[in-house]
Amino acid sequence: MKYFRSHVLVCVDPECLSKGAHDVLDALNDELVAQGLIDEIQVLETSRIGGCTVGPELMVYPEGVHYVGVSVDDVPYLVEEHFLKGRVVKKFLAPPKTNTDEELGAPTSKEVRVVLRNCGKIDPENIDDYIAEDGYAALEKVLGGMTPEQVIEEILASGLRGRGGAGFPTGRKWQFARASRATPKYMICNADEGDPGAFMNRRVLEGDPHAVLEGMIIGGYAVGASRGYIYCRAEYPVAVRTLRIAIDQARAYGLLGENILGSGFSFDIEVRVGAGAFVCGEETALMASIEGKRGEPRPRPPFPAVSGLWGKPSNINNVETYANVPQIILKGAQWFASMGTEKSKGTKTFALAGDVNRTGLIEVPLGINLREVIYDVAQGIKDGKKLKAVQIGGPMGGCLPEAYIDRPIDYESLAEAGTIMGSGGFVVMDEDTCMVDIARFFMEFTQDESCGKCTPCRVGTRRMLEILQRICAGEGRHGDIEMLEDLCKWIKITSLCGLGQGAPNPVESTLKHFRHEYEAHIYEKRCPAKVCKGLIRYEIVDACTGCTVCARNCPVNAITGQRRQKHVIDPNVCIRCGICEQVCNFNAIVIR
Amino acid sequence: MAQTLHDIPKNDPVAVPEQKAKIDRILAENKNLPGAVMVVLNELQAQIGFVSPAMQAYVAQQMHVPLQQVHGVVSFYSFFTTMPRGKHTVKFCMGTACYVGGMPQLIEKAKQVMNCDIGKTTADGMATLEVCRCVGACSQAPVIVIDEELHGRVRPNKLPQILKKAQQ
Ligand SMILES: Cc1cc2nc3c(=O)[nH]c(=O)nc-3n(C[C@H](O)[C@H](O)[C@H](O)COP(=O)(O)O)c2cc1C
Ligand code: SF4
Ligand code: SF4
Ligand code: FES
Repeated sequence: MKYFRSHVLVCVDPECLSKGAHDVLDALNDELVAQGLIDEIQVLETSRIGGCTVGPELMVYPEGVHYVGVSVDDVPYLVEEHFLKGRVVKKFLAPPKTNTDEELGAPTSKEVRVVLRNCGKIDPENIDDYIAEDGYAALEKVLGGMTPEQVIEEILASGLRGRGGAGFPTGRKWQFARASRATPKYMICNADEGDPGAFMNRRVLEGDPHAVLEGMIIGGYAVGASRGYIYCRAEYPVAVRTLRIAIDQARAYGLLGENILGSGFSFDIEVRVGAGAFVCGEETALMASIEGKRGEPRPRPPFPAVSGLWGKPSNINNVETYANVPQIILKGAQWFASMGTEKSKGTKTFALAGDVNRTGLIEVPLGINLREVIYDVAQGIKDGKKLKAVQIGGPMGGCLPEAYIDRPIDYESLAEAGTIMGSGGFVVMDEDTCMVDIARFFMEFTQDESCGKCTPCRVGTRRMLEILQRICAGEGRHGDIEMLEDLCKWIKITSLCGLGQGAPNPVESTLKHFRHEYEAHIYEKRCPAKVCKGLIRYEIVDACTGCTVCARNCPVNAITGQRRQKHVIDPNVCIRCGICEQVCNFNAIVIR
Repeated sequence: MAQTLHDIPKNDPVAVPEQKAKIDRILAENKNLPGAVMVVLNELQAQIGFVSPAMQAYVAQQMHVPLQQVHGVVSFYSFFTTMPRGKHTVKFCMGTACYVGGMPQLIEKAKQVMNCDIGKTTADGMATLEVCRCVGACSQAPVIVIDEELHGRVRPNKLPQILKKAQQ
């Protein structure tokens, strides 16, 4: 056997590969051969080191030195310095890292991990890991000596409310399903998480699938269901795979299937995969989809608790709702109710996105205010810019202006402010964001996802989108704002499902809080944030050094100029894509 | 675009023995599940890559459901495609974070580099360009997904190199 004095691990995950990791690997081997070191130093491939954003990276053992941003050209120097001369090359040293998980960092002081407690800590593909963290202890407690009524009582007392959007009390929902006589009954988990910008549920499914299963089994016992379905969106293949592994393991342990833990209670769960329709997150549409039909919502009542999947009593909850259940049973309703506000108990996960220093997944006690989330948890606005608005609740939520920053995050307070809790999208926008453009963006989303079944939603959202597009293009007219307001009202009250009813929210809330921006677009033909293409112009100023970078990156060749001379943009050709501004290293391109 | 089982194009999966065997296996495994139509179509899309009109007709016949219903489901969900796709799929995330992070500009540039519009397949059949909804990696916005591979924090000047993967 060969003895290697040193091992070099080269990261070959997708991000590093896209930055040429394979070439670096080849170059390393070549160089080691050339230097006669190939018998002393072994080069290996590895999947993830953790600093991939700065591209090809390697780890040298036994020293444990982590290099990043190494290109093929750097290899000879690196080999000479590190392996021949034994000197660490500072230039490529990875910056000291505190955390390698980009989505879910270590909790900050204002965070509390209940739903996310196991994510990133246990191996989701190993049920024993979950069991070691008190997993399935709640189920044992329930089957070992609680009546279904007692379970429901406990959930009611905890104050747990649905985490899928509307915030309906979970215990009440279970009571209704329990009260229905018909059988079989179904327990459904809504894992369709379709809001753009939201990935809280995915993380739970991928990181702690058994918590969701356990919650569902307990719920199934409480309402008297015999079968469960998890409806997961097709965009989440890893979550689907992880869930299926978890279900198999739970079956093997007798935690799913016939006569669970010898209690006489039988319950099994199956995963069903969606096919890319946002509206399938709506409960009646979701059930139609499980039935193998077009995912179109139907009017309620009858509610699912009475007539749901295949016309049978069904209970539907969100992933996060179920994930809370085992801990409420184990630690007691009082413990859960000690977190949050009077009417909103417990914690909520949010996917932080947008212009903050720390994006990613967080879990905070309800009742925390926006300021604490933005400035403490998310560590403030990027680049020292000013906060303009926060969008909460996804495409059916609204935008809150800075003035609302001290508002507590709970179901009632958000509703009062004109948005919804939603499933946990939390987009922070700085002063460079155009609110009309944001409203247009969400309208595009809902218009596109409208299933078309009812007229107000299908036609109304299209009309609204057309007006918004016109305003953004600089062709807004007198009367547009009033027309938008009318449409908002009409669509809200006449649409069949929550999608149509919520679709006007982004427009309504921006009209309410940022009306002046609409007015500037329409009456002054000006986009205050300098975003809307129809209302801006790119210009090159004297700072230009003539490096030609912009001209080479312009997709429509709108930029001309000699090397080392100031360049110019032809406004008639320019499509206002903004690439030149992004690539210019001299801040020589400005928007007028 | 309903199609009967009489005039199947020669290269349709229903007419190609290996593919047909795959379809039959998928049907046999799933057709008795409750709500099987979605499951079968999902499997066909995953394993064959698309669900042609002839495949829809075949599924309807084998499962004893009206062709109308199968067609209705296929046309409703954006994941199902009725035509073969490019060898690679390039998806541009147009979720909130990516949109705010500059995706529209990247798309303009990509259209030029690939000489192909969104929703279309390049002339050489190499790549299909699509926009998609949030892929759940917002912290890395803007995000482009080539096949199953995610590329985050894509900058316009790095785009051509990334797109090379979809050109061979
Ligand atoms: C258009 C639309 C999309 C929805 N999407 C989701 C979703 O992705 N996930 C979810 O849990 N609930 C979603 N809901 C809410 C569900 O209809 C339902 O209220 C929820 O799953 C109930 O679970 P909960 O009580 O645990 O919140 C959506 C509703 C509408 C109207
Ligand atoms: S990149 Fe900037 S400095 Fe270089 S030519 Fe363009 S505008 Fe001038
Ligand atoms: S904004 Fe885009 S199209 Fe206009 S000059 Fe700059 S790079 Fe070219
Ligand atoms: S918005 Fe692109 S990954 Fe979420």
